[in-house]
Amino acid sequence: MSAWDGTRRPPRGTAHELERYTGLFAARTERMRSSAIRDLMAITERPEIISLAGGLPDTTMFEPEFFRSLMNGVSNDSLAQALQYGPTEGLQAVKECIVELMAAEDMPVAADELIVTTGGQQAIDLVCKTLLDPGDVVIAEGPTYPGAVPAFCSYEADLVQIEMDGDGMQIDLLEQTLDALAAEGRRPKFIYTIPTFQNPAGVSMSLPRRRRLVALARERELLILEDNPYSMLRYEGDPLPTLRSLEVPRGSRDGGDFVIYTGTMSKILSPGIRVGWVVAPRPVLAKLQLGKQSADLCSSSLAQHFVAAYFASGDWREYIELFRDRYRRRRDAMLDALATYLPEEARWTHPGGGLFIWVTLPDYIDTTDLLARALRENVAFVPGEAAFDDGRGHNSMRLNFSSSSEDEIREGILRIGKIVNEQVAIYRSLTAGKARPALPDDLPAASPGAEVVSLPRRTEGARSRSRSRER
Amino acid sequence: MSRVAVLKGGRSLERQVSLSSGARVEDALERLGHEVVGIDVGSDLLERLREAAPDVAFIALHGPGGEDGTVQELLEVLGIPYTGSGVGACARCSDKVLAKHALREAGLPTPDWVAFSEIALRELGAGDALGAIAHRLEFPLVVKPSSHGSALGIKFARIPDDVPAALIAALSYDHKVLLERHIDGRELAVSVLEQPGAGAQALPIVEAIPLGQDFYDFAARYDIGRTRFECPAQLDASSTARAQEVALAAYDVLGAYGFARIDMILAPDGEPQILELNPIPGLTETSLLPQAADAAGIDFDELTRRILSAAVPASPASSPG
Repeated sequence: MSAWDGTRRPPRGTAHELERYTGLFAARTERMRSSAIRDLMAITERPEIISLAGGLPDTTMFEPEFFRSLMNGVSNDSLAQALQYGPTEGLQAVKECIVELMAAEDMPVAADELIVTTGGQQAIDLVCKTLLDPGDVVIAEGPTYPGAVPAFCSYEADLVQIEMDGDGMQIDLLEQTLDALAAEGRRPKFIYTIPTFQNPAGVSMSLPRRRRLVALARERELLILEDNPYSMLRYEGDPLPTLRSLEVPRGSRDGGDFVIYTGTMSKILSPGIRVGWVVAPRPVLAKLQLGKQSADLCSSSLAQHFVAAYFASGDWREYIELFRDRYRRRRDAMLDALATYLPEEARWTHPGGGLFIWVTLPDYIDTTDLLARALRENVAFVPGEAAFDDGRGHNSMRLNFSSSSEDEIREGILRIGKIVNEQVAIYRSLTAGKARPALPDDLPAASPGAEVVSLPRRTEGARSRSRSRER
Repeated sequence: MSRVAVLKGGRSLERQVSLSSGARVEDALERLGHEVVGIDVGSDLLERLREAAPDVAFIALHGPGGEDGTVQELLEVLGIPYTGSGVGACARCSDKVLAKHALREAGLPTPDWVAFSEIALRELGAGDALGAIAHRLEFPLVVKPSSHGSALGIKFARIPDDVPAALIAALSYDHKVLLERHIDGRELAVSVLEQPGAGAQALPIVEAIPLGQDFYDFAARYDIGRTRFECPAQLDASSTARAQEVALAAYDVLGAYGFARIDMILAPDGEPQILELNPIPGLTETSLLPQAADAAGIDFDELTRRILSAAVPASPASSPG
């Protein structure tokens, strides 16, 4: 045992440690909880596991030589700036790239109407920071992006989720909910939606619903946060207009009143560079910018210089084409495998784009427990519960098809299918007996030969015997 | 001073908790002046142990693999002394059905139960017997995987219709499941620690008091903020003595060694009913055994020292475990 020499940390290790900090925690941390799901998800990163759980783009297609030449360019032309702080609202060159990207989707925007953020996630966080007081209502789709739920929770929002069908958020239900909230004197601060190739459901909001949603926002003076990471990853069909483009017609000088729009480089270039953006009505944008100042001063200059160099180097559409080809094949492989290996009771969405398929199993299967079983077979997914804040989704799961090969996808779905089929068979055998006449009391609970591991009788004699021995 | 390998992490679903337990133990061992080698247990464990050549292994693993005798067996083969219970005790305790049989045979109180294997349910039609069984045990029932010490996979069945889904959930964790009569009482955790020269002694009792409405949500009951822990529990002297007596008896019957935590329900009739014995309970900041030790004036460093010293002089390799 060595003596304390002052360079070591002071002794700690009492059970009072936690209490000491608990008294200092902000009330909102009460809503930041670890969960069983998170503990399970921690195991999904083992190398032997086929993970259909992440939302990862396939970053293996970026040519190393190309990356080297881009970074050489940054090094030769703008190294000092790339290593320096940048403007809070983002580099002008990057904002111009974003203007070009949005124009390609029929969304005219001026460079000073947007700020560059550290991924789309920061845009969600900044919008919450700007708009939410504790107890404020946020409306989202049910299911919604699992990464948005903790953001809403950490600002102590009251999340209300509107059920979706194949055409996205059900606007009738939304209206009913808004009316019910209004009757309680509550008005939601904003409606969070991913209208196109939704995460996790994989469905898109229909055009009539988009129009109604935009009209509704205007009518009731509600903000919409339109999160649009996936629209360029389209594998079939024609593009649908974004909510932003429905609110702000082409050629209009009006910046829009009710739609806050967020986009990201994560799915069309790289999630590792953490570059996204947010477009908002100017008064909102000004507050978002102040929020960003306190959050991180500016997004990484180095990453932004890389983005600018990338867009200057040629046509960004080509790389997206590579993603689309690859992901389309993987989506098809997953849809085929689901049809082959899942029992007939299972249902799933058919995404026209994006990264996810949402699978719903019979309601007696809890997908958090199923994940524990699946991990034994070295395959993982996201349990549906993570996409809700109200306990729904327990029999659904989100499957990602962008980050595994077609062979891995087939193998992964085969393993999941095998487990689900086993569980369906057990359920059938358990409930088939229900139709039979109930067993009389005095019948042995298991017929001879059945593998009942133990059946202690709850007879009074046995009980008093064991009692007398205890005392 | 010894060279101590701290085994932590592993592949079980309780990996995260184990990493926290292990990190905390490592800090304590360093403060105690030992040379510490942390090992995140994987398929290269044997190699890592040979490389580290420790004098003793501190096992901070929870769940299957670490708590069920697997790692203990390996350490026996290598001749490395280790903390806590031996192979046999670990194997018995990690199988709740085996443990309950041993307790019942020794006359110790444990709630009535029925256990099934997956094969029985799937292939032998044991499901047909469920109605009669449930009738014998009375609702509500708690359905749990036979292995695993965490809240995962544990479900309440309030009515017969809840049973099939609860069984399927429990079967996700283990091939064997048990249906146990739910006893509505106070939840107590009695920790036992080997005292130098005095054998095993029970520490002050911790009571888990669920807050709010989610009484039937097991996950919530292990979540700080949704459950309050009181130590020492507000119990009269005779209830305290009885719970501690029962805990020590379970510790002996199951052959545990070094330290353990016995979870029980104090039934309305005043009798504690044993649910399970955890041979390697959590050692994190929020875990119950360290809280209990603290209430007895044993801080975490001293707790770590005692657990370690119980392993070294009389290696459990020679114990009947």
